[in-house]
Amino acid sequence: MDYMRGSVWKNVDWWIIGLYMALVICGWFSICGASYNYGEPEFFDFSTRSGKQLMWIGCSLGLGFVLLMLEDRLYDTYAYLVYGVLILLLFGTIFNPHEIKGSRSWIVLGPVSLQPAEFAKFATALALSKYIGEYTFSMQKPKDMATALAIVLLPMALIILQQETGSALVYLSFFLMLYREGMTGAVLFSGICAVAFFIVGLRFGNELMPDEMTSWGEFSVLTLVILLSALLTKIYGNRESRDPIYIAGIGGGAVLIGSLFSCYVIPFNVCHLQLWLCGALIFFLLLRFLHERIRNYLYIILFTIASIAFFFSTDYVFNRVLEPHQKVRIEVLLGMKDDPSGAGYNVNQSKIAIGSGGLLGKGFLNGTQTKLKYVPEQDTDFIFCTVGEEQGFLGSAAVILLFTALILRLLVLAERQNSRFGRVYGYCVVGIIFFHLFINIGMVLGLTPVIGIPLPFFSYGGSSLWGFTILLFVFLRIDAAREK
Amino acid sequence: MEHDYRLEKRRFVIGGAVIVVVIVFLIRLLSLQIMSEDYKKNADSNAFLKKIQYPSRGVIYDRNDKLLVYNQPAYDITVIMKEITELDTADLCRTLSITPEFLRKRFRDLKDRRLNPGYSPYTNQVLLTQLSAEECGIFQEKLFKFPGFYIQRRTIRQYNYCAGAHILGDIAEVSKAEMEKDEYYMPGDFIGKLGVERSYEKQLRGEKGVEILLRDARGRIQGNYMDGKFDKAPVAGKNLKLSLDIELQELGERLLEGKIGSIVAIEPSTGEVLCLVSSPTYNPQLMSGRNRGKNHLKMARDPWKPLLNRAIMGTYPPGSTFKTAQALTFLQEGIIAPSTMYPCHHGFSFRGLHVGCHAHPSPLSLVPAIATSCNGYFCWGLYHMIGAKKKYGTPQKALNIWRDYMVSMGFGYTLGIDLPGEKRGFIPNASVYDKAYRGSWNGLTIISISIGQGEVTLTPLQIANLGATIANRGYFITPHVVKEVEGEQIDPKYREKRNTMADRTHYEEVVQGMRAAVTGGTCRMANLPDIEVCGKTGTAQNRGKDHSAFMGFAPMNNPKIAIAVYVENGGFGAVYGVPIGRLMIEKYLKRELSPEDEILAADIQNRRIDYGLHER
Repeated sequence: MDYMRGSVWKNVDWWIIGLYMALVICGWFSICGASYNYGEPEFFDFSTRSGKQLMWIGCSLGLGFVLLMLEDRLYDTYAYLVYGVLILLLFGTIFNPHEIKGSRSWIVLGPVSLQPAEFAKFATALALSKYIGEYTFSMQKPKDMATALAIVLLPMALIILQQETGSALVYLSFFLMLYREGMTGAVLFSGICAVAFFIVGLRFGNELMPDEMTSWGEFSVLTLVILLSALLTKIYGNRESRDPIYIAGIGGGAVLIGSLFSCYVIPFNVCHLQLWLCGALIFFLLLRFLHERIRNYLYIILFTIASIAFFFSTDYVFNRVLEPHQKVRIEVLLGMKDDPSGAGYNVNQSKIAIGSGGLLGKGFLNGTQTKLKYVPEQDTDFIFCTVGEEQGFLGSAAVILLFTALILRLLVLAERQNSRFGRVYGYCVVGIIFFHLFINIGMVLGLTPVIGIPLPFFSYGGSSLWGFTILLFVFLRIDAAREK
Repeated sequence: MEHDYRLEKRRFVIGGAVIVVVIVFLIRLLSLQIMSEDYKKNADSNAFLKKIQYPSRGVIYDRNDKLLVYNQPAYDITVIMKEITELDTADLCRTLSITPEFLRKRFRDLKDRRLNPGYSPYTNQVLLTQLSAEECGIFQEKLFKFPGFYIQRRTIRQYNYCAGAHILGDIAEVSKAEMEKDEYYMPGDFIGKLGVERSYEKQLRGEKGVEILLRDARGRIQGNYMDGKFDKAPVAGKNLKLSLDIELQELGERLLEGKIGSIVAIEPSTGEVLCLVSSPTYNPQLMSGRNRGKNHLKMARDPWKPLLNRAIMGTYPPGSTFKTAQALTFLQEGIIAPSTMYPCHHGFSFRGLHVGCHAHPSPLSLVPAIATSCNGYFCWGLYHMIGAKKKYGTPQKALNIWRDYMVSMGFGYTLGIDLPGEKRGFIPNASVYDKAYRGSWNGLTIISISIGQGEVTLTPLQIANLGATIANRGYFITPHVVKEVEGEQIDPKYREKRNTMADRTHYEEVVQGMRAAVTGGTCRMANLPDIEVCGKTGTAQNRGKDHSAFMGFAPMNNPKIAIAVYVENGGFGAVYGVPIGRLMIEKYLKRELSPEDEILAADIQNRRIDYGLHER
């Protein structure tokens, strides 16, 4: 590697720095709007939230500068050390006596409170990149894969122990990187299917078909299982075979006739028929495997069985594993419970605030919903409401597009890395920022469950801003040092 | 480092996923912010607390600038449901001296959107209305104990005179139907229900102001929106000056004490109503304040029907007062001339039909006929008019001409007084009789209408208006009780002359007759020493004892007051009608009653008529 002091400024990606600056500045103005409380604006007073945020931003810029000035090899070298320290900190916070808003995830150092979880994402990304970047690493080796997963799961577990399930979920974003690095797409596919089955099964679980015997939720999920199996057979089975058409045709036809029969002639539980059909499908695929010796058939059988097993266990999970407040949040999100002043209050108020913004918004500091504290957590998790209300559609769309530009640019940067270490790290950054964006804005718009994670660069708070700054600038430093 | 090109393609999957998510977000933003207005409305009702500023209602004076109705502060207790925390119901009920059941019912009613369409747990809802300063003072001291409860200053009506309740009317909380008709009103607002309070509601009420306050999620007020740029100051209601003479009204109400009836006095030259007495009446103060509902219910159930304004809602046979209108019609139509003589031997007897009359010289001409209130004369007149085949062809046509005269004098339709609920009375036309007698009827069949009996009914106001028309010799101005509205013209219809179909010269004949009735006929008791009073008695037969009526005006030349007195079951017109008419005219023209008339007034005031309650 050809490294010269000073050349970092020539090689650094100014696009990212520009987007970063734009987002941080927009974020600061949003915090001004969200924390402004009718009266003389005192945005620069360090006792106000906007003043403090300005201080965090200043520190972040300094931090970013320092990170760019450091030698890039340092990150590679000390990755495990950083990871180890953060794990210790996370471990320490479990026994933290200081509670802030019912959470023990803060470390109080005099006037400054830090949330190690925000930095742990960076540390985990770094350690993971270092590990996967090793020449000896191979996705096909179960031991390697297990170690990689352990690197992710360890901090995740610790954060769950701190009662910060939302922050822990962010670690799922590393699967995006693993997918890029060669993990089979089946994992992501299964994940998405699991979420879909879970949602459909719960949402319509208690709604009955006209025959009053069959649950819509069960029916839809089992139909999906049959059709997806047909699709998988099409993609992964024998290309010449017409099996998928038979499966979809016979399965779909039988289900259709069965449900019509049930609705108009003799009511019976169609799901029983579907289960029999699934059994027949499994038997058929098994025959195919024995006949053609293509292992993919076995995987499809596995998918079918696992799907059914998963679906029937969701009920148990939902009622026994999830905590009551999480249950309620999910129910409200799925429209099963309408409770605008209870659990749905936040989302409802946030939709009102955004909706009232219109095309052009009410203007800087003129938002009424956010000012008057109708939206909870309005300068942290629900900061996007302020943008929506005060800047309207144009402003909020612009912010979303800024994020998109950042993520896509990071994707380009990640792809142009020569080292696997750099690329993995780049994808980790992409995954983390994308996940935050997806969950946070989705939550504010009422599309995803209320999971309390901050909007990068916008939400008030030093830890979060510093965490993302470190994450981003370390990648910029790695990128600047890549071989031409 | 080796490249795996198959895996490199996965960046497009990841980039694609990002773009799909972003597109979903943008569509969602678009639908929230641009496609739907609901969120904006929600936001406004969230954040803006519209604090209503009530204007003071206009006050009411009489024609001599005596203050009749004014405002006194009262207090409403309002509540914001969302702000109530740990309500000590027992303590609250004690403080407000209400029962817990009543409080629970009020809360239920407030939350019932059918009864209270504007209910919101975030806005002020009126819990109790019109507490006095003392009652409210006790609550005020404990207000800190009851978060969510507020005191709203309002005003209630106060009355200086215990008179004129029917004209002044009252105000009460708006009903749901009224709110639906006029968006101005909100639950808890007051609206005029009766009298001028109702007919001049728009002028009296003024315009509510509004202060737009910003309210945060906990209901705390954060100041005025845009520094009060969109606030609106209330506009005070306009004051009314009635044409009523409150002293005359008081005298009238005094005279009708214990009797059922009414007195209407009109200034002929202007159509201004000087008094409009309906007896029995009530203290207007009863209909103000918190006990209105209770009092109103009690009066509504009273068999004497004190709430009924008989002066404009009671329809009675006018009796002989109606003969003046007949005389005018017959004269104008040429059926009779002033010199025409008709015989009357104790009544009208023709083809077996007999309408009785009292003893007086016979035959007689118009002036003495009016003076002595001869039934025979007017029966002959109507008989000849209906029977004038050459002139009209059929009795039907003749009667419809007759009807047109009556209508031109303001009978048969509402006059259009500025009070709610006026009745039109009844003037029959040909088709009424055609229906009743299957087309076979003649002047004799309907002869009783000529003496103000039979099908004909008038309101006391219409009788008084007849007096005013005769006083004016041929025209009247629609009677009205409001003389001036502060800063506003009264309705031009209250300044227009409405001409009748009879000529002035014929009116002069009738005036002579009415003067003769006072000087030497049935109304001698109305003969005031230095005022030329003209009058006509009326004794209307009905199922019970006759109604006693009087219609008159004074002075004869340059009339200042026209009057109608109607006392149910009072007997002869001369028994109640005439003396009451005398006293009223004297009071109005001289401002004082003579000592002898004071005694007369006291006598009449104390006289009672025995009404069988079952009849009412």
